[in-house]
Amino acid sequence: MGIRERLSGNEAIAIAFKQINPDVMGAFPITPSTEIPQYFSQYVANGEVDTEFIAVESEHSAMSTCIGASAAGARAVTATSSAGLALMWELLSVAASARLPITLACVNRALTGPININCDHSDSMGARDTGWIQLYSENNQEAYDNMLQAMRIGENSKVMLPVMVCQDGFITSHAIENIELLETEKVKDFVGEYRPENYLLKKENPVSVGAYATAAYYIEAKRAQAQAMINAKEVILEVAAEFEKVTGRKYGFFEEYMMEDAEEAIVVIGSTAGTAKEAVRIMREEGKKVGLIKIRVLRPFPMKELAAALSHVKSVAVMDKAESFSACGGPLFAEVRSALYDCKTRPLMINYIYGLGGRDVTVENIQYAFESLKEIKTSGEAGETYRYLGVRE
Amino acid sequence: MREIVEIRWHGRGGQGAKTAALLLADAAFNTGKFVQGFPEYGPERMGAPITAYNRISNEKITVHSNIYYPDYVVVVDESLIDAVDVTGGLKEGGAIIINSTRKPAEIRKELKGYSGRVCTLDARKISEEELGSNFPNTPMLGAVVKVSGVVDADEFLKDMEGSFKNKFATKPQVIEGNMKALERSMEEVVIE
Amino acid sequence: MSLKAKDINENTSWKDLTLGCAIFEPMTSAAVNTGNWRTMKPSFNEEKCKQCLLCVPVCPDCAIPVKDGKRTDFDFYFCKGCGICYKVCPFGAIEFKIDDKKEV
Repeated sequence: MGIRERLSGNEAIAIAFKQINPDVMGAFPITPSTEIPQYFSQYVANGEVDTEFIAVESEHSAMSTCIGASAAGARAVTATSSAGLALMWELLSVAASARLPITLACVNRALTGPININCDHSDSMGARDTGWIQLYSENNQEAYDNMLQAMRIGENSKVMLPVMVCQDGFITSHAIENIELLETEKVKDFVGEYRPENYLLKKENPVSVGAYATAAYYIEAKRAQAQAMINAKEVILEVAAEFEKVTGRKYGFFEEYMMEDAEEAIVVIGSTAGTAKEAVRIMREEGKKVGLIKIRVLRPFPMKELAAALSHVKSVAVMDKAESFSACGGPLFAEVRSALYDCKTRPLMINYIYGLGGRDVTVENIQYAFESLKEIKTSGEAGETYRYLGVRE
Repeated sequence: MREIVEIRWHGRGGQGAKTAALLLADAAFNTGKFVQGFPEYGPERMGAPITAYNRISNEKITVHSNIYYPDYVVVVDESLIDAVDVTGGLKEGGAIIINSTRKPAEIRKELKGYSGRVCTLDARKISEEELGSNFPNTPMLGAVVKVSGVVDADEFLKDMEGSFKNKFATKPQVIEGNMKALERSMEEVVIE
Repeated sequence: MSLKAKDINENTSWKDLTLGCAIFEPMTSAAVNTGNWRTMKPSFNEEKCKQCLLCVPVCPDCAIPVKDGKRTDFDFYFCKGCGICYKVCPFGAIEFKIDDKKEV
């Protein structure tokens, strides 16, 4: 059963790419994702993969390279973080609207201001509306597993969308942890070859990509793109079911941890979920009915499923590792709260902005959040819903 | 509570504290453990104080925070005792292991009343004698394994020999020195 | 669902657009009647024309067909009436007037 290893999250992604052996990688280094193209370029130099590695002068060009390669029918990958993702912004939308199933390893890092190299989700949260599928990972294992599933999802003919696999910069990207790898032959069997129906230079049916759409066509193009994202939900679950058959590891839109009889719950993304699980374990031992939901799939957003999972809970804290400067909460809060609007009974809900710019998140921080939820449940009043966790007052 | 051994490393950028933490994670992994090895990252440069961490357990580890209440603290550079709160949160039942020519009793006076075990090792001397220059992290790794017992000593030495053979495949002459440095540090570390 | 741009028009449902609005045939611009953008119109006087062909390469819309080495009348399906041909003609063989659209 698999290969027992210990790897950092970046190593795990680089090895997933090596096992998949994509056609093209266009990449530019940026902390903390630099190691991914660094390791991968060694595989290229050693002849362990036959990928065309294209060293570019910016992330804008990295994504442009992937777009060109993908339009030409190649399986294209890249990796980036923070300002690198921001510099790709324009092209992220181009990739999605041209329906090119590029795969991007995003190693989450705060966006500048003040400049900072550590983790939060402001980079990928900002990119959440560019039309990319977004999968988030708690640890190196999930980063690896999500990467193995990403291409099957994005390249599905009902989907044809680019996929971003996110993990927390430094916290998991640079931490060595145990991991179970799949044998390379099994990876190749599972991921398969990319055989697009049409591509630029297909001689029977050449194609122009990236044409102008006037107002008479643009909204129809977007509607079609939206449908692809709707279709992705089913495909994500199909791919996860197949992945479970191969590895025994189960994936869905989100993970429910001790939610069955939970009265207080937090909704969280990424590595903090692991820390929060420890808090839940400790509090469960004290007889407290607490649980957590860890979002894996943010795009497409599992609205109905989340509503079903949270409707029986008394109070919920949605944890945002990114600001949205709406003056009323973070991006995940807005969406989770909206998901519950149609429920006849729904929990009281608050938002915590936490962990920005690498601020460490401890088990005690999470316990504090649960204690606030208990107060809210008892008083029946959510009070101020827009809150910060672990900030100096 | 589940059994997790938590270790905090204090060093200066360039001294190999991060590498030592990763080596310890490797060694523990190779003896069947669940491990974490990670540095605290910032814009550090050569000479700046840095911190690295290990968690080692028989069960899967999910916590991804830094370590505030370590079982063991390793200080790769003695001068950090003045600069950093090295015993901060250190459990009384644990130990602090310091790279120093001094005896533990002498150093204990500088440790803000820490009453647990204080251990010292002259890692510089061992390194210079066995490896020809000052790489304190290998001797400190040996000392932390000895003091913490987090990995079986014999299994540890066997595993390290294997990884040195792998790492120094092109210069096998340094393998013996590295192994001697490990063995000596496990013998010479003074525990009080 | 057709993949051909010529079959896609302003009544086409979003379900029938090509993936990512890709275009599967060359020269789709040939289907677009740019001639109806015209407000001014050139006319060609065959008797004055020396067939120097200076007008042909300057036409931005390739609306001056050449047959057997000689230009023929304008292709008014594409001619936008820019007047460049009229400007370059050294022989006054091209007139340029308000387009009353009657002759299109």
